[in-house]
Amino acid sequence: MKVKLREIVPFDKEAEEKAIQKDHGLHPDDKYLKPGRIPHIWCPGCGLGVVLTSFIEGMRRKGLSVDQCAVVSGIGCTGRVAGYLDMDTYHTTHGRAIPFATGLALAKPDLHVTVFSGDGDLFAIGGNHMIHAARRNVNLKVLCVNNFNFGMTGGQVAPTTPLEARTSTTPLGNAEPGFNLPYLAHAAGAIYVARWTTFHPRQLVHSISESLGKKGFTFIEAIAPCPTGYGRPNKLGSGLEEMRYYREMSQIRNGADLRDTEIRLREKIIVGTFINTDRPDFMENYMGKVVARARAKGKGKEKGKAA
Amino acid sequence: MKFWRLPLDAEAHTIPHGKVNIIWNRCKGCGFCIEFCPNSCLKESKHFNAKGYHPPEVVLQAEDCVECGLCSLICPEFAIFTELKEAKEITEEDIQKVTIRYSRKDKRYQKR
Repeated sequence: MKVKLREIVPFDKEAEEKAIQKDHGLHPDDKYLKPGRIPHIWCPGCGLGVVLTSFIEGMRRKGLSVDQCAVVSGIGCTGRVAGYLDMDTYHTTHGRAIPFATGLALAKPDLHVTVFSGDGDLFAIGGNHMIHAARRNVNLKVLCVNNFNFGMTGGQVAPTTPLEARTSTTPLGNAEPGFNLPYLAHAAGAIYVARWTTFHPRQLVHSISESLGKKGFTFIEAIAPCPTGYGRPNKLGSGLEEMRYYREMSQIRNGADLRDTEIRLREKIIVGTFINTDRPDFMENYMGKVVARARAKGKGKEKGKAA
Repeated sequence: MKFWRLPLDAEAHTIPHGKVNIIWNRCKGCGFCIEFCPNSCLKESKHFNAKGYHPPEVVLQAEDCVECGLCSLICPEFAIFTELKEAKEITEEDIQKVTIRYSRKDKRYQKR
C-alpha cells in the first residue's frame, strides 16, 4: 500500500506576517497544529503541552510527515490532543481509543497509529482493551499521560492515584494503591515499555522516536503535573514546584526490575526505558499462520475440482 | 577546576548563539523556561500580557543562549522558540567564562 505524502506548509500566511512584524515568527511546531486552536485550554503549569511538544519533536526526529501518522485519543484533558494536531486524528468515546486504533492499524498497516490518552481513559474504563491489545501485540504506539487523577471532571480518584493521596472524592486519603503501569504493560505483553516525566523532555522525545520505529505494541508513560486536580489537594504546589519535585526525586534506571517501579506519594519515581524487545506482531501472525493456511486449503480444493 | 589553555580540538567546535523568540500573548506564566534554562537566559517580565500573566523576557547577557532548544521543548504553550543566529569560534575568553561558571564565582550560577 502506498501512502500519499503531503508537503508540510505553514498554515496561516497572514498570521505569520503579523508575527514577523512583531519581531518573532510563528512557532516551528505550528505547522503540526490546527490553525486557530492555540492557546489550548490546559491550565497554566499543566504538563500535557510538554508531552504534545515532545510527540511532535519525536515525529520530526523520526522523519515522519503528518500523512504517515494518525493519532487516536479518548476522553479527558489528554483527549483534546486530537483536536489540536493537524493530521488524521480521532476523538473517540471514553476508553475506546484502543479498539478504534486497533481497527485503524489493521486496516492500514503502513500507518503509524499512536494512541495519545490519559491514565483515566486508558486504565479505568479502557483497561481491558489495553491489556488485550498488548496481548495481541497490535502495531500500536500507546502514549499514556499520567497525572494521577481524572483531571477534566474535577480531580476524582483514578486507578493510578497513589495510596494515601487526596483527591476531591478521597478527601481523607486514598485507601487503594495505584496501578504500576509499566509493570502492567510488560505483563500484558508490550514490547517496548518506558516511563519519563515532563522534566525529561529530551529522553521522552528519544523514547517516542524509538517507539515509532518499532513494530508491535509499545507503551510509554509520561508523568505530568496536574496542579489543579492533584497538586493542590496533596500540597504539591504549582506546576513548577511539581517539576522541581520530579527533578529531585526521579531516578533514571534503564532496564530496572519493574516490580520496584511503583509510585508512592512524595517518594522517588523510577524512570527510564525498561523493556525493549521484539516479537511477531498480530498482523505477522495472522497473515503467516491463518491467511496462508486458508489460501493453501483453498488452492487444494480448486485442484480437486479441476481434477 | 581550571582551564589553562585552549582545547587541542578547539577548531573543530563552535559555540552556537541563538535568538530567543517569545510569543508574548500565548504565555500562561508557568515559569518552566525560566527555571530550567541551563544558561539562565530568561527572567520573569514585569509587564503583563493580554491574559494577565507575566511572560519571560531575555536578560541582558543574551549572548549566553547556546540554542539548546530546551525552552521550546519544555514550554507547554508553544510560546517560545530559539533560532540559530551565529556559530562562534572558541576563544580563550570563552574558556575563561567556563572556568568562572564552574568555580561558581558568577552570581547568576550561585543559586544552583
